[in-house]
Order: sequence, then C-alpha cells, then structure tokens
Amino acid sequence: MSGNKLKISEVLITRGIQFSGFSSILFVLMILYFLIAQGLPALTEVPLGELFNTRWYPIEEYYGILPLILGSLVVTLGASLVAIPLGVLTAIYIAEIAPSWAKEILKPLVELLAGLPSVVLGFLGILVLSPFLRDTFHLPTGLTALTGSLLLGMIAIPTIVSISEDALNNVPEIYRHGSLALGATRWQTIWGVTVPAARSGILTAIMLGVGRTIGETMTVMMVTGNAPVMPDSLRVLFMPIRTMTATIASEMGEVASGSPHYHVLFFIAVVLFLFTLIVNIVASNISSKQMKRSERILS
Amino acid sequence: MKEKIIVENLGLKYSDGTESLFGINLRIQANKITALIGPAGGGKSTFLRTLNRLNDLADVAEVSGKVLIDGVDVLDPETDVIALRRKVGIVFSRPLPLPLSIYKNISYGLEVAGEKKREVLDEAVERALHLAQLWEEVNDRLDDPAAALSGGQQQRLCLARTLALKPEIILLDEPTSALDPISTLKIEDSLDELKKEYTIIIAPHNTQQAARVADMVAFFLQGEVIEYDTAAKIYTKPQDSRTQDYITGKFG
Repeated sequence: MSGNKLKISEVLITRGIQFSGFSSILFVLMILYFLIAQGLPALTEVPLGELFNTRWYPIEEYYGILPLILGSLVVTLGASLVAIPLGVLTAIYIAEIAPSWAKEILKPLVELLAGLPSVVLGFLGILVLSPFLRDTFHLPTGLTALTGSLLLGMIAIPTIVSISEDALNNVPEIYRHGSLALGATRWQTIWGVTVPAARSGILTAIMLGVGRTIGETMTVMMVTGNAPVMPDSLRVLFMPIRTMTATIASEMGEVASGSPHYHVLFFIAVVLFLFTLIVNIVASNISSKQMKRSERILS
Repeated sequence: MKEKIIVENLGLKYSDGTESLFGINLRIQANKITALIGPAGGGKSTFLRTLNRLNDLADVAEVSGKVLIDGVDVLDPETDVIALRRKVGIVFSRPLPLPLSIYKNISYGLEVAGEKKREVLDEAVERALHLAQLWEEVNDRLDDPAAALSGGQQQRLCLARTLALKPEIILLDEPTSALDPISTLKIEDSLDELKKEYTIIIAPHNTQQAARVADMVAFFLQGEVIEYDTAAKIYTKPQDSRTQDYITGKFG
C-alpha cells in the first residue's frame, strides 16, 4: 500500500518538475510567436524601402527604423567602450591584485551596482550626469547619446566584472606559480598567462554585458533625449538620439491596436530580439569552447 | 665539498597556524641531489618554496632565521626575487605547463626577462628539451599546445622550462607523483645527468625514490629536520629511531 503511494507521489513530483521545465520553453516560444505574428504584417503594410528609411515620424506615416537601429548600436557601442575596459580591469584587480579586505568591500559593491534598478540610474543621469555634460561640453542639452552610453556602461559593468572574475578565479593557481617561478613579474604573469588563460570566459562576460545594454530600456529612455535623428558622424555622441527599446516603450501605450504603426513597433521588437539572440549565441559558443578546452587540460 | 645553500635556524608560521618550520639547519652541497623525505604535512614543500621565495605568495605570517645561497641571505626583504627565482628554479608536483605552445612554454622565462632574439630562444629551447630528454618526442611539433602532451611529457616540459633559464639550483616538489613508472624513470635519469651542473633538491613522493636518486637525505617530521646525512647512512643505519621507523614503513 505505502509503496504504491510512494510511487504515485514520485510520479507526481517528477511530472511537476517536468511541467515547470517545459513551461519555460513554452513561454519563450509563445513570446516568439506573438512577436512574429504581430511584427511580420509590418512588412506587407509598409514597403521595405520605407521601413528601412532614415525618417521615423509615425504620425505622418514615416516608418523608417534605421535611425532607431543605429541609435541602439551607437549607445551600445559607446557603453561597450566604457564598460569593457573598466569591467575587465576591475575584474583583474579584484581577482589578481586586491588584498583580501579590498576584495570583501569591492565584490558586494559590484553586486549592489548590478541590483540597482535602471530607473534609479536614469534618475541619477538626469539629475547629475546630464547637467554636468551639458555644462562641460557647452551643449544645448545634456540628454545625449554620450549620457546614455556612460550610464549603460554602468549597467554592463557588474555583469562583465562578476563573470570575468569567475573566469580568472578558475585559472589554476599553478599557472601563476609556474609563471612567477620562471622569474616573471606579477604584471607579466597577469598579461602573459592569467588573462589569456581566462580569455574565453572574459569574452563571454563581455558579450553578456553588451547583450544587457542592447535590451536596456528605462535608462536610455530617460537620458538620451529620444530624438529619432539619423546618426551620421561622431557628432551624434553629443546629440539626442533614440533607441529601439525606448521607441517601443514610449509609443506602444498610445498606438492603435492593429494599425501599421502598431505592427512596425512589433517589427522593431523582432529586430531587437534578433540582435540579442545573435549576441547570446556568440556568447554561448565562446563558453562551450572554453569548456572543451578545460576538459582537455583536465583529462 | 662546496656548500651551496646554508640554512640557519629557519622558522616559518602561516597566518592560520598550519604547517610551519621550526629551527631548520641544513647545509646543502653543490652538485649533489638532496632528498627531503618525511610524511605529508612535514614542511617539505614549505621549505622548498622558501628557498626561492615563492612563499611570498602564500599567507605567511612570520619567517625567521637565514637562508644563505652562495653566502647571500635570500630572506632579506631587499632581495631581488625575480633574479632569485631565475637562479633557483622549481618543478611542481602537478604536471601542468602554461597554457601556451610547447615552444612558448620554454621560451617564456627568457622572454619575460627581455630576451627577443629568435636564434637565442631557438637554441635555448632545443638545449632545454635535450636536457629534459624530451627533444626526440616533440621536435616536430614545437608549436602544438603543451596541453596536447601526455602527463609525463608535460612534466618533462616543466623541467625543461626551468632548465632553459640556466638556474644554479633546481627544486623538485614531488615531481613524479602524478606520473607512470616509465615517465618517472626518465625524469630520474635526467636528474642523475643534471647534477653534474646543478644543485638539486627533491621532495620525492616516496622513500624508494629518495633511495634511488639521492646523495644526501634530510628527514622532515612535523616541521623539524630529524636527521640529515648521506643516503647510504640514512638507509642503512639511521641514528634516530623515528627515521628508522619511517624508512621501514612503520608510519607515514
């Protein structure tokens, strides 16, 4: 009797776990389905030439999404330029150089930065960073691509730091000792041995950090000025721009359901999805390569 | 007989209070193989790593006494540790070369010291590989990753990279503990050849290896040197009953 009961509860628990597992796959597929179902009609309603045009002014039915795509790319690129060096160097400092008391302060602080809601960062951007940039560079407005890049960099840094630091910590201690025992200095060891050995982990960290910035919405919406200007030169860094995410977030609430504008917004979401998908695929390819190499070393 | 290393009253404490050295006195002779035997946790590794200041990296609370190499105290804070480590090379127990090519593993130590000339590096790599008896096996694939070699080959590569720096003293910390008997034999053969030029200190992973390779043997027990004498004496008529018990396998 009790054996039978045990069997039933075992089956129920197994099924329950199975259901949870499959449901998350189902959610992703459903999101993908709705995105595509709502986004693809844009391709028939708006001619391709107009869709990939340089003017976004939906009230007069200009649906050129190029400024938005480029806006996202500019801000992401700017954020990468800030976050990659800072993030990787911070990780190297924490993992390789910092004395243990500094480690104990820095690690929770970086995690705290990761937990900071992006709206708070945006608030700081409006309150502190954008007036500062406006006054420093004598700009008409401080709400620019540069402001967005700097703040998005702050969002990418915690991801880059914590994953890079893990990668560095996974480098076998014997590599460091081997290098130092051969008369290398600490810096030569870090640049010549430790960082190259953790290279794939660091690249994964960078891709995941960059992936976060592409999808980030609230901060960019608050600090980039939201003008859908076509970025055409370096000047654009000091001008307001608009990203794909900010466009969707700010316009979706007011658009008539089923209209071409509505479908184009979903189409932008599809494009955004493709960008993050590519970044994630690249990141996971790098990390699976890393696993193979460590397996080879351990075998 | 020339004394290469004179250790006087060396004591060492880790900050967490584990494995320490107490009042070690040893006079290590040049061009001999000195083996440090004794059960695990007796301070052999710590002692070896004190000789080239690799202990600087560990959590060491206090070092006392003197370690004179060619008459110079290497524990002096003013010591140039980079130069010291080039003079006193070490091979670890895990046969794990750097994640570089075979060639680069050997040229690395020379390159970080500023050597750029390709001919010099080529020559040093070939010489070191010959000394470590690895040249025949790898000379056609020097640019392959070192990780592709077998465990025994990797350990000989580690020996070769140390030899490439032309050190005066070679420390070996259980160099064959992860190797098969044939690879072990190859390393032991190399050592016998190498002692003509170098002073060698080895912490073998068993007492039999010490008996095979060593000229001098020091018995370490719980951070102290219990007995230090020629291998012949230690293995035939040890003075201390603890040495006797250890080499006959009563403990350890």
